[in-house]
Amino acid sequence: MKRSNKPVFWSLFGAGGMLSALIGPMLIFITGIAVPAGILLSREAMSYERALAFARNGFGKLAIFIVISLFLFHGLHRMYHSVHDFGVPVGPGLKALFHGLAIAGSCVAAYLLATV
Amino acid sequence: MKTYVRPMAGWWRRNPFYLWYMLREASCVFITAYALILLAGLARLVQGEAAFEAWLEILSRPWSIGFHAVALVLVLYHAWTWFKVMPKTLPLVRLGGKRVPDVLIVSSGIAASAVLSVILFAAAWWFSLSSAQ
Repeated sequence: MKRSNKPVFWSLFGAGGMLSALIGPMLIFITGIAVPAGILLSREAMSYERALAFARNGFGKLAIFIVISLFLFHGLHRMYHSVHDFGVPVGPGLKALFHGLAIAGSCVAAYLLATV
Repeated sequence: MKTYVRPMAGWWRRNPFYLWYMLREASCVFITAYALILLAGLARLVQGEAAFEAWLEILSRPWSIGFHAVALVLVLYHAWTWFKVMPKTLPLVRLGGKRVPDVLIVSSGIAASAVLSVILFAAAWWFSLSSAQ
């Protein structure tokens, strides 16, 4: 019998859900509100030099990759189920599309982090 | 043969519980979009300083701040629901042979999130201070 791939994608969904529950709100506040608007934090906190140094650091690379990849796997997996919730019949095609997008995004992130 | 297909349109608007469920599910659109915004920033970073500054400039526009504010609220709600169901989604947690009460599991999740958020903010604050000199 062919083994189901469900545990793999379910685990990635769960890991992304846990990570976004733990640090998602603060990350969004820092990078999307506080730094760009200059509220509480200065815009220098995310300057080109700082961002570049972070993306070239081993820990920084890992952190960026994990956040982007797991958030994508979490969000796109839930989106796949939401499409079903709206009454659209889903099958292997749509499932491959949503999970494929998460895989593609992760690959792009890995490639960028390797070249930066 | 024609079979009966239960109509699906608007089911989630009929009951407040389903509405909250759909609101929670909506967080996935924002989490995905946020990941893509970060990915775009990474791509701009690779392209060089001018490209990265342009990305930062877009982030500071009012509609972007507004988008992140909505994302913040929905992801906070996602986090609350995530910790709230944790007693059911985690395997049975035992401590000293006794089952850990649900309220303890939920509150430790929230506490972990609060501690990590404080650490993250402190790191960003330190970054923002040390670069000002």
